[in-house]
This record gives sequence, C-alpha cells and structure tokens, in this order.
Amino acid sequence: MFEIKNLKFMHILDIEHLIIDQQVTCITGSSGSGKTTLLRMLNRMNVPDEGSIFYNGANIAKTDVVRLRRSVVMLGQTPILYSGNVRENLQIGLEFSQKPLASEEALLESLTRVQLDKGLDESCGTLSGGEKQRLCLARIMLMNADTYLLDEPSSSLDKETEHFIIENLAAFANERQKQLIMVTHSESIAAAYHDSLIYLENGQIGSEPQ
Amino acid sequence: MDLTVLQLALSYVFVLILLVIFKSRGIRREKEILIATTRMTVQLTAMGFILMYVFKNPSWWLTLILVFVMISAAIFNSIKRVKTVMSKQLKLIVGFSLVLGALTSAIFFIVGILGVRPWFNPQYMIPISGMIVGNSMTGISLGANKLCSDMQDKRPIVENSLMLGATPARAVRDIINDAFDSAILPTMSNMLTMGIVSLPGMMTGQILSGVYPITAIKYQIGIMLAILGSTGLCVILFVTLGYKTFFTKDGQLIR
Repeated sequence: MFEIKNLKFMHILDIEHLIIDQQVTCITGSSGSGKTTLLRMLNRMNVPDEGSIFYNGANIAKTDVVRLRRSVVMLGQTPILYSGNVRENLQIGLEFSQKPLASEEALLESLTRVQLDKGLDESCGTLSGGEKQRLCLARIMLMNADTYLLDEPSSSLDKETEHFIIENLAAFANERQKQLIMVTHSESIAAAYHDSLIYLENGQIGSEPQ
Repeated sequence: MDLTVLQLALSYVFVLILLVIFKSRGIRREKEILIATTRMTVQLTAMGFILMYVFKNPSWWLTLILVFVMISAAIFNSIKRVKTVMSKQLKLIVGFSLVLGALTSAIFFIVGILGVRPWFNPQYMIPISGMIVGNSMTGISLGANKLCSDMQDKRPIVENSLMLGATPARAVRDIINDAFDSAILPTMSNMLTMGIVSLPGMMTGQILSGVYPITAIKYQIGIMLAILGSTGLCVILFVTLGYKTFFTKDGQLIR
C-alpha cells in the first residue's frame, strides 16, 4: 500500500494526497500528464522535489532503495532484453534481486501465463515487439515481488492478446495477493480490470472525463 | 656510436617524404605534421637537457617533480582523449587512478624488483616511470571512452536492471567489464607480437647504445609486465570508482 503526501516534482506532478491500496490500480490520463513519472516515484527511480511517499507505512526516502525495488518491481514501457536465450532472460530478474533461481517448471509456466510459445533455449534475437513485451512480463511475474509497477504493459500487443495477458496478470495478483499498479492508455483495459482508478490531468489527480 | 648533428638532420628526410605525399594527394595535413615534428624535437631535446642535469645532480625532490609533471601531463591527456563530456568527479577519478596505479607499480618495479638504490635514482626512476605512466594513460583513456559511451548508449538497460532490483554495481557489471577489457586489450595484443613483429623502443635504444641484447631483453620483459600490471591497476581503479559518479547516492541514474 502506498500513501502519497504533498508530492511535487518539477512542473510534472503536484499531488496533495493519494492512497493506493487496492489490488489492481490503473493510472490513466493523456500523454504528458505525469503517469510514468508517478509510477517511477513509487520505486524511487525518480525522487520528488517535495513531499513524501509511504510504502506499507514506511517513508521510502528512508528505506534502502535496492530493498525497496526488490519488493516493488517495475516494468518499463520499452521491453528490454539482455544478451542470452529465453531462459537467461527469465532468470535475470531473480539474479538481480538475489533470489533463488526458478525451476524449469516455473519457467515454462511463466511462458504459458503470457502465451509465449518459445523454448527456453531459444535465442531472443528473433522475437517480435509483442513477444519481447510478454517475455519481460513473464520475467517480472517470476520474481515474486510484493508490488508490481507496470508502465503500459500491453502497448505492443494486439487487442485480443492484450486482454488475455492483462486478465492473466490480474488473476496472478489475486491468487498470490500481489498489488498491481498499471499505467495504461487503453480505456477498455482500465475499465475491465481496475479495482481503483487514478486519472491524472496535468500532474494532478483529476476527475475522469465522461 | 653517437649520432652527429648532420646524421640527425638527415633523418628529417622522412618528414619531407611525408610532406610530398600529403601535398601531391591534396591531403591537408602539412601543418599538423610540421607541428608534430617540431613538438617532438623540442620536447625530446628539452627532456635530454633536463635528464643530463638531473643525472648529474640526483635528488629525490627533483626526480619526484619530474615524475609528477609526467603524471600531470598524462592525466590532462587522458581526459582530453575522451570524446564524451566527463563530470568533474570522473575527471578527478582519472587523476587519482593514474597517480595511485602508476606510481605504485613504478615504485614496486623499480625499488621492489630491480632493487634500485637510492630509490629515486633518476636514471631508472624517470624513464621507467615515463613508460609505465604513458601506457597507463592510454589504457585509462580507452577505458574512460568505453565507460562513458556505454553509460550513454546502454542507459535503458541499466535503468531496467535497477527497476528489477539490481544494485548499481550489478546493473553496470557488463559495462565495467567491457571498459576494462577494451583498455587492457591493446597491451595484450602488443605483447603477442613483441619480438616477432616489433622490437620495442626501449630495448632497441638499449641495444643501439651498446647494451648486451639479453640484458636489454630481460629489462624489456620486466617493463612490459610492469606496464601490463600498472594499466590493469589504473583501469580497474578507474572503472570501479568511476561508475559510481553516474549514480546518485539513492541509486538513481544521473541525467
């Protein structure tokens, strides 16, 4: 659970008070409204100029940043793959966060979850944009973090796959009691899967346009 | 055999040949080659006179001043050779790594291995330090170039690794290793061809001035290993301290 108090960042964000405590929270708003910046604040990829953010009651400015990021994992907008095959790309998140590596079964299950029909030893060189995005999603789902920050997690997917994947993500959050905070442009995704909806307008919490 | 002034003057025929080539092919480099030739001549002549003086009047402080002038010039040159903008902190780390790495290696080699007494004996201290510092300078500037350009080009990857809970050190591990590798590689390839393709300058100089070839070779092997060690030490100091300047204390990448 996050609580944001009097947060200011350049001319991008100005949030007086915000609580994010639902299982699936969607952040929407037009381009440049500060959605990604808000998400990056939550695991201290960006630092506010003023104000505080509390995660499960603790001020994140006073928490060890690496520990925070291992608990609050973030998936950026552009899917990033590392050198190596599918298996190595799946395991690297666990390696980064110094957690035990996943079993063969868990790796295969993570691929099924994101509907990626690839072998673990296949090279990542030929993956399409959508496949890369799904591989990155599978990677972070394996990490068993407490909270997931997802920036446009379905931007490279077609409509059908998009709904399948997000539904799966929401189910995953539900099953394992994880929190999902997701920036999305897609109104249908936000409408279908949110427990709570944050609409940002010029860096402030606005009311959703009708 | 000493060289006469006339013999030395005749060597400049090589520069003339180069000038003719540049002129006939329309490559506009005449000014640069003249400047390079003049600077080399003046700098070496000056160094010759300085060395003559220092050898006649050996003192620890004079030797140290000369070594520090060489190191300062090397720091300045390493920084100048880096194509991307370096932060002030990173420039300081270039200096710190060169001073600590090259000086430690030079003193260990000269005093510890060669057993030169007194330790500041300028006949050993100045030329050997010069070779060690010069080669370490090339290593550091290669490493700095690679580190700075990779930190720029691979920024999204580093950021992604941080988002996944990597420590800054882990997030840049491959970048650091690549920078170290690219800095040390030229020294190693140089060693591979040494004695077959090239006879190194120091050894050639010693042989020409009458030293027994086996003695010259023993010195050459020793100095090559010292260069390798010093380059490695300087570059590892530089990359392991230098990467930190790209992050805030809170583990964010500096814009």
